[in-house]
Amino acid sequence: MIPLSAYTAVSAVLFMTGLLGVLVRRNFIIVLMSVEIMMNAANINLVAFSHYLESMAGQLVALFIIAIAAGEAAVGLAIIIVVFRGKISTNVDEMNLLKW
Amino acid sequence: MTGLFFVYFALISIAAGVMTVALRHPVHCALSLLVLLLHVSGLFILLNAEFLWAVQVIVYVGAILVLYLFVLMLLNLKTDERYFHPSAPYILGPAVLGAGYVLYLLLRSPFSGAKGDAPTTAVLQDGDTYAVGIKMFSDHLLQFEIVGIFLLGAIIGAIVLAKAPKPLERDRERL
Repeated sequence: MIPLSAYTAVSAVLFMTGLLGVLVRRNFIIVLMSVEIMMNAANINLVAFSHYLESMAGQLVALFIIAIAAGEAAVGLAIIIVVFRGKISTNVDEMNLLKW
Repeated sequence: MTGLFFVYFALISIAAGVMTVALRHPVHCALSLLVLLLHVSGLFILLNAEFLWAVQVIVYVGAILVLYLFVLMLLNLKTDERYFHPSAPYILGPAVLGAGYVLYLLLRSPFSGAKGDAPTTAVLQDGDTYAVGIKMFSDHLLQFEIVGIFLLGAIIGAIVLAKAPKPLERDRERL
């Protein structure tokens, strides 16, 4: 029997990896991928608690997180395409269109 | 046997996550994200969540990741010349320390809470999909509708954002 803390440990490591990716990488698409890693870490946590505490609510929230990740990916990639059309770059350091 | 599978899925997903963050070429990052998502879906199977496994494979791998790869191919990105942020070394140390502390806290906590209303034997008898469906369309109906409206808004937003702008010349001629 695998202890619950093993799942939460995997989830924590994955979440830290994703957070590090968001903070450190400069390509906007890879920053979005790191956000996906963080969402997956949250999903592992939710499903693990749902299984070990014998409640269905965690799996439902995980489902809603997947749906929101799909929306986030669609809108984020649309923003990338708009910015790329103007600047020919997806570097987050060069995105200063809203700065005045 | 389950422990063996858990160790395999956990280690490969962590390794794939690190590779997603660390690899240089964006397409390689997307492919290691694919490995990560598939192994996380394996973890879902170990937790008796077959429906989430199917959703993970169909939605995450089949839709979201393909969207990422499609945009990567569309933009034809060059490799980042300046790879990491200049302040990356200063972030890395506290991140590793914080991760170690959180892991220490997680591994020594017992996690003994009140049990819910879906024991494993009952879920296994009717199937996970049945349990998720009953729960979703009874207690969580409002969230389901909200997510539907959210997705509609996301579709409209994506279309409006990514639409090609009107060429300016034609407007000037009309004036």
